[in-house]
Amino acid sequence: MHELAVCQGLMGQVEDIASRERAQRVTRIRLQIGPLSGVEARLLREAFPIASADSVADRATLEIDEQPIRVRCLSCAAESDAKANRLVCGVCGDYRTQLISGDEMLLLSVELERRESA
Amino acid sequence: MCDTCGCNVTEGNRHLVEGDGKLAQTESGREAVSVLTGLLTENDRLAAHNREHFDRHRVLALNLMSSPGSGKTRLLEETVTALDGALRIAVIEGDLETENDAQRIRDRGVPAVQITTGTACHLDAHMVHDALHALDLDTIDVLFVENVGNLVCPASFDLGQHRNVTLLSVTEGDDKPAKYPVMFRAADLMLVSKADLLDVLDDFEPAKAERHLRHLANEAPVFTLSARSGEGLDDWLAWLRAEHAAMLERARSGETLRPAVQPDGALRHAGPTHEQGRHEHDDHRHAHGHTHD
Repeated sequence: MHELAVCQGLMGQVEDIASRERAQRVTRIRLQIGPLSGVEARLLREAFPIASADSVADRATLEIDEQPIRVRCLSCAAESDAKANRLVCGVCGDYRTQLISGDEMLLLSVELERRESA
Repeated sequence: MCDTCGCNVTEGNRHLVEGDGKLAQTESGREAVSVLTGLLTENDRLAAHNREHFDRHRVLALNLMSSPGSGKTRLLEETVTALDGALRIAVIEGDLETENDAQRIRDRGVPAVQITTGTACHLDAHMVHDALHALDLDTIDVLFVENVGNLVCPASFDLGQHRNVTLLSVTEGDDKPAKYPVMFRAADLMLVSKADLLDVLDDFEPAKAERHLRHLANEAPVFTLSARSGEGLDDWLAWLRAEHAAMLERARSGETLRPAVQPDGALRHAGPTHEQGRHEHDDHRHAHGHTHD
């Protein structure tokens, strides 16, 4: 249930960017979220209208790219899909793997309209 | 954190920002500003600031996480008593309400600051920073931050700690790491607590709990212990001493340490050669001005 706090953190950044870029309005926010980030994309979507109310982004579209979980095996070097609670190599089964995708909690971009006279 | 050097462009998102990627395009009249930072940049900045405080004062900071009632406070009580001043301890307690846990720690003769979060389900770097003002870090060797009992949310917020210690009590079930992978993946040490109850439980096998942890690609050590009986406490105390000694060693060469797995881990996918300690330091300096207001 911490998605609202995460969303409020996001809004702080979006407002900083909007003010730095002299934006009149933020129209689109793109995020990348992986299952291992600890943040649920669905709950983030629900929290967004609350966190963005009365802000420069209050009618912005929130787009979330949900990332797959992928691991690289430190033993056989294979890359494979994995599950959140089974991050073992899909080829040789070794548990010593490195996560290469799936823990994203990133702000990718902010689309905005600048002020006319800027 | 580092939207200039490009290290946050990962294999997972590179196609989005290069060439004809989605993020390279804009609709007419609108402009897309590429950002590529973590969602909790403000928290991460303050966490880095806390970490610098710890490093400067040579304090080992440990984030203690678990479900409610797994015995975090009891473990700390017995740890304080067993160390008997060999390491100077302080504790920051996080709960929704009451001073009870801080009082229990103070009763053992060490400083404790209680953070009551109201309804918040986790501690964040700001709360810990505020609590630090009530402690004299020069008189502390090891600071425990006892997070709000919760196996979900605390894993997403960096507090500035050096290590995550995650407790799993034997009454909870040995498959907890499989049920809460984000939390247990972030553990630098897993403690199987209340082991004195193993005799009366027929459905908890420490080896199974460890296997579930390994399935999260986590090689962290696992100790089975009981604060009540004292069983297994020696391993835990030896780990604490070793971590404290390692921290002093790092401090001599100006290095720092973050837990093995980070909430903003995706920013580090650029490769194992990326030196996080230095990076952190640069980021911190950048942030220093406005975090002390």
